[in-house]
Amino acid sequence: MSPESYVHVRDLHVEFRRDGQTVNAVNGVSFDVQKGEVMALIGESGSGKSVTLRALMRLHPPKSSFLTGTLNVGGEAVLAMNASALRSYRGGKCAMIFQEPLLAFDPVYTVGQQIVEGLKRHEGLSTREAQARALEALRQVRIPSPERRLDSYPHEMSGGMRQRAMIALALSCNPQLLLADEPTTALDATVQIQILILLREQQKQRGMSVIFVTHDIGAAVEIADRVAVMYAGRIVEEASISEILNHPRHPYTQVLLGSRPKEGLKKGVALHCIPGSPPDLANLPGGCAFAARCPHAKPVCTQMQPPTEQVTERHVVSCHRWRELATDTPVQQAYA
Amino acid sequence: MQPFENVDIGGPAQPLLRVSKLVKHFHTGARKGKDVVQAVDGVSFDVIKGETLGVVGESGCGKSTTARLLMQLLTQDSGELVFDGQEVGSSRLPMKEYRRQVQMVFQDSYASLNPRMTMEESIAFGQRVHGISQKEARDYARYLLAHVGLEPGRFAHRYPHALSGGQRQRVNIARALAMKPRLVILDEAVSALDKSVEAQVLQLLLELKRTLNLTYVFISHDLHVVRWLSDRILVMYLGEVVEIGPAEALFTDAQHPYTKALLSSMPSMDPDNRTLSSPLSGDPPSPIAPPSGCRFHTRCPHAKAACAQIKPQLKTVGQGHQSACLMAQGDPAWHQTRMEVSHVA
Repeated sequence: MSPESYVHVRDLHVEFRRDGQTVNAVNGVSFDVQKGEVMALIGESGSGKSVTLRALMRLHPPKSSFLTGTLNVGGEAVLAMNASALRSYRGGKCAMIFQEPLLAFDPVYTVGQQIVEGLKRHEGLSTREAQARALEALRQVRIPSPERRLDSYPHEMSGGMRQRAMIALALSCNPQLLLADEPTTALDATVQIQILILLREQQKQRGMSVIFVTHDIGAAVEIADRVAVMYAGRIVEEASISEILNHPRHPYTQVLLGSRPKEGLKKGVALHCIPGSPPDLANLPGGCAFAARCPHAKPVCTQMQPPTEQVTERHVVSCHRWRELATDTPVQQAYA
Repeated sequence: MQPFENVDIGGPAQPLLRVSKLVKHFHTGARKGKDVVQAVDGVSFDVIKGETLGVVGESGCGKSTTARLLMQLLTQDSGELVFDGQEVGSSRLPMKEYRRQVQMVFQDSYASLNPRMTMEESIAFGQRVHGISQKEARDYARYLLAHVGLEPGRFAHRYPHALSGGQRQRVNIARALAMKPRLVILDEAVSALDKSVEAQVLQLLLELKRTLNLTYVFISHDLHVVRWLSDRILVMYLGEVVEIGPAEALFTDAQHPYTKALLSSMPSMDPDNRTLSSPLSGDPPSPIAPPSGCRFHTRCPHAKAACAQIKPQLKTVGQGHQSACLMAQGDPAWHQTRMEVSHVA
């Protein structure tokens, strides 16, 4: 384990078992996040990005889910935590924000009460001190008239303001790791950019590590230092954001990027279509999970799981053919 | 097999659909129905034959209400629709015939299919209602399934739950096409799909438009996709049209400050050149009590006192390009006011 990395994940597997069926949602995910680094996990629905994030918070129901592998956050083994260790870990050291704040907040308590509760529990503050800190938290996320908003119920706020309140709640106990599960997906574009800028500011000020899950590569570009692209429960490519944008190696990454070229989609340009849809997680193929849709697939791809190989320092890819395909042709030409 | 005849009445110069002064207000349950949501407030535009008209705007701006009014799933409070020169609902164009010629595809592919009908039954249902025999309607449904890229042998007898989101959306498109429509309204039809599947469905929509001579009204919040598909774009804000024009003109030379803000909210896709400040602050105001004058003036960086008083009308600002902004129109009222209005955060 590299000594400086704050989050250290090795060979994480998450299985869900229900009605005699096993769903392999995460199949051997490994990554590191340094202190003060923003890592984006991107992928389509069912790629295992949210499941990985929830595993870091141990949010999966213990009866039906099976987690194996190494999961260390700040030197502590998350998978070995007992109930009381988990209680101080969740919200204290590691906080989470969700896609739909209306569902994440408790509807019968005011926003202020919910922030105060966490502060009293984690920091041992008195009610009065906690209220002052809650007010400060709302002010930091620039909610207009924060005094009034402390006494608002979640349903009384607009979508953008609720997401700000959610961020205030998550940051109130000064966590060192923030887990963000598609926090801007449900918002309008004009509000989305405001929230991304706010998250970036807060992350810089606090030197927090952030793991940001999204399916929108545009949002990832605005906030992330590093990107891990997930497909069928595995990381297929991981690199810095500019490496991914300029030198994508995995055919799947190239397809994802092709749907959002830098200069914007021009009218009528042929889209880089790939046939089919992601594989069934209850019935994964033996070889590379992307092989069935990959334009460059060879027999070896369907037979063997590709190894994870270094392209450059801190750029890894798992594809059998990345060396042959690495001619640095722009994505557009490669798919013409 | 030609069950439905489409006749081009007015020729290519006549708009396929002319929407004039459409108004739809909703009375909400709170305060004994005294709150009125002005969902669509005086919207007028033309849909030209053979074009794709993109409709963009934030949530709550009335784009989906407009779509439902076009389809006549909602009845307007006032205003009228003229389809190829014939008033909708008149004796020359009865509602049943209008609804055949105009079809809609919705965002939620699962909710818009009957869970108890097979794909073949769902697609054939509309034709059955219009008096086509069971056999003919089913044969045509199978033909359409193949046409949208789903093998009839594998999919005709499946139920909606046994299909993926992308496959279901293909079925919804096939169902719309079964009526041989002239106008198809696509209300966020690709928004719920994953990027790789979205690309497939978009490509399909483009091919179908070419081969079947269709006209699209394409509603989406994703500006990338709208630019890719649309010939012209209409921008809505709080129930009103603020700008309409050719797609490229709108993207390169937007005149309304709201359109500019929407465009600069698009992620930069360049990590060395990230967006530093957001073009707009806060959320859109409530459509229950929209701001006076220009509805955008509370968030507009260029607003002056005149903007709170005068309601700007759509005026031509370029070739086929109209904008409802006093500043863009060079209105003397805007230029003469010195004071900028103070902004509500």
